[in-house]
Amino acid sequence: MADQPLLELKGVTKRFGAIEALTKIDFQVKAGEVMALVGDNGAGKSTLIKGIAGIYPFDEGQIYFDGKPVTILTPRDSAALGIEVVYQDLALADNLDVVANMFLGRERVQAPWRLNEASMEHDCIETLTSLAVTTLRSVRQPVASLSGGQRQVIAVAKAVMWNSRVVILDEPTAALGVAQTRQVLDLVRRLAQKGLAVVLISHNLHDVFEASDRIMVLRLGHKVTEFATTDTTQEEVVYAITAGTVQRVPGME
Amino acid sequence: MTTTNDSINDAPDAVPNPMLASEIQQSPVTFVRGYLRRLRAGDLGSLPIIVGLIIIAVIFQTQNENFLTPRNFVNLILQMAGITTIAYGVVFVLLLGEIDLSVGYVSAVAAVALTLMLRPPTVIPWYVALPLALLIAAAIGVLHGLIITVIQIPAFVVTLAGLLAWNGVVLLIIGEGGTIILQDNTILGLTNSYLPHQIGWLAGALFILYLAYNQYSRIRIRRSANLSYTPPIVAGAQVAFLGLLILIVIFIADQDRGVPLIGVILLFLLGGLSFLAERTRFGRYVYAIGGNKEAARRAGIKVEQIRIMVFMISSLMAGLGGIVLAARLRSVATNAGGGDLLLNSIAAAVIGGTSLFGGRGKVSSAVLGALVIASVQSGMGLLGLSAGSQFIVTGLVLLMAAAVDALSRRSQRRSGLA
Repeated sequence: MADQPLLELKGVTKRFGAIEALTKIDFQVKAGEVMALVGDNGAGKSTLIKGIAGIYPFDEGQIYFDGKPVTILTPRDSAALGIEVVYQDLALADNLDVVANMFLGRERVQAPWRLNEASMEHDCIETLTSLAVTTLRSVRQPVASLSGGQRQVIAVAKAVMWNSRVVILDEPTAALGVAQTRQVLDLVRRLAQKGLAVVLISHNLHDVFEASDRIMVLRLGHKVTEFATTDTTQEEVVYAITAGTVQRVPGME
Repeated sequence: MTTTNDSINDAPDAVPNPMLASEIQQSPVTFVRGYLRRLRAGDLGSLPIIVGLIIIAVIFQTQNENFLTPRNFVNLILQMAGITTIAYGVVFVLLLGEIDLSVGYVSAVAAVALTLMLRPPTVIPWYVALPLALLIAAAIGVLHGLIITVIQIPAFVVTLAGLLAWNGVVLLIIGEGGTIILQDNTILGLTNSYLPHQIGWLAGALFILYLAYNQYSRIRIRRSANLSYTPPIVAGAQVAFLGLLILIVIFIADQDRGVPLIGVILLFLLGGLSFLAERTRFGRYVYAIGGNKEAARRAGIKVEQIRIMVFMISSLMAGLGGIVLAARLRSVATNAGGGDLLLNSIAAAVIGGTSLFGGRGKVSSAVLGALVIASVQSGMGLLGLSAGSQFIVTGLVLLMAAAVDALSRRSQRRSGLA
């Protein structure tokens, strides 16, 4: 069980018209592991996670979940498998409070139509407490009133709340201060300790080295290589990001 | 449930968790303190508009002692009924962050359809004709919604086209300069009946009991779920205040003709639509789309479906409002739905505190805003001022309401509240 990847992609390719955004990518992440995805702008990181999230499906290749082949064509498919994506722009509704955001799209109702606010608030607090998030004054304050770090934590906690098994974090520390980045990276490690498979996308190599177990480098839609975080250096990763491996420079310019 | 409660309390870190009721008990003092803190931070709620209403009342009463009379008070309720009903629907559209410019003439279409069905040659009974007329209005809303979402034309343009086209439909049906008399007594009774005094007091008592029960069950549920709750004494004070207000309204109305039936209908609509907006999934999705459409879409909300339903609600409430207006005028004329009706309906929602930018507002803002507009018009009418100056003052009031909203939002942002 521990050796088998929870989520595995084999040879996935994505084209937008004549442009090949991803070419035959192999990718895997295990439960309890933080897999970092790095690469320059246009490397295909976002395309890869959007494919996993079902926002636009891959054109070729196979996805395995728990060792079984699956198809992900819509966001609903990926959510049903237990894959949650926390996007860069947070995907929180500023005007709604923390509870409403955590349950957005999956509200609990009592007969016949009434929202079951008490039950949602209760479970929201429980989840936040289990993640050791205690900096909120109230779960009934609008998300707009939270700091950037707190908002990111809420977005991540939302993913955890739904018993997700794979959490994909898109640039979770961009635009955060030092203390807030610390808070989010701690949370990332805590997710892995809880047995989730975590995919971390970041431009910040310092964060990547702090939080990840493995690092996969993408460049211009190709997979350059994969490192174990403890066996590599920032220089090595930077070189892979900027130069790519010589024999793999794509002929698509 | 009890086992999960225990597991929270046994949470590994011993840091006091301010989110839990068991850790920080709300007392009336902390509750009031919290309210004052929000107030200072710019979260004013409906306070500005209530202050505004008091100022309006004082100004007009000092100028003309007929303003605060039972007779004028009952008239005010009758005058604001049509605009309030239409504005209820407008609130939903504004919550989405969109606009519906067609409500004026859609209201006229429903009114024309109803009056035509009620008179010869058809003479359909009112209980068939009324639902049919509302159905027509709702269908118009669905049509707008479909065009907006399927062809993806901005609501502003689609409903602007609707404004022109439905005006044309009304003109074609009634004919230039014509008037259709509304003859059905039940429909006329919408705006021309009053509750007998005993019934009025009974209804008021039931309403207060309902409010009290509501607060009580809310506190009970939240307490048993170990969540922070409004201190009972504060909740009781709120119920007492609202109850007193209701009783005063009934008392004043009874000095004149009694509580107008349409006032009770407005209250029921307010309750039903507020429930829809604040306590159901549908309402939650409307707010979510208004706050962040992309977030709503990613959360799996069927955004287009909700938008179509909101435009349906908007046209439906417009249709009902048009029928109320027709009942009050006892006829439908070619100018029905025109003039300042559309602008007053939108202005009512905005003056009442619903944001034009989506996601912020309440159904009750329609009532408060319509009350302000009707008060200004009635007061200036009593002073014998022209329609021109009424428009100018209404415009200034609208501007003031928007300014209060903008300023309070800025100060909320500064203090990290919004």
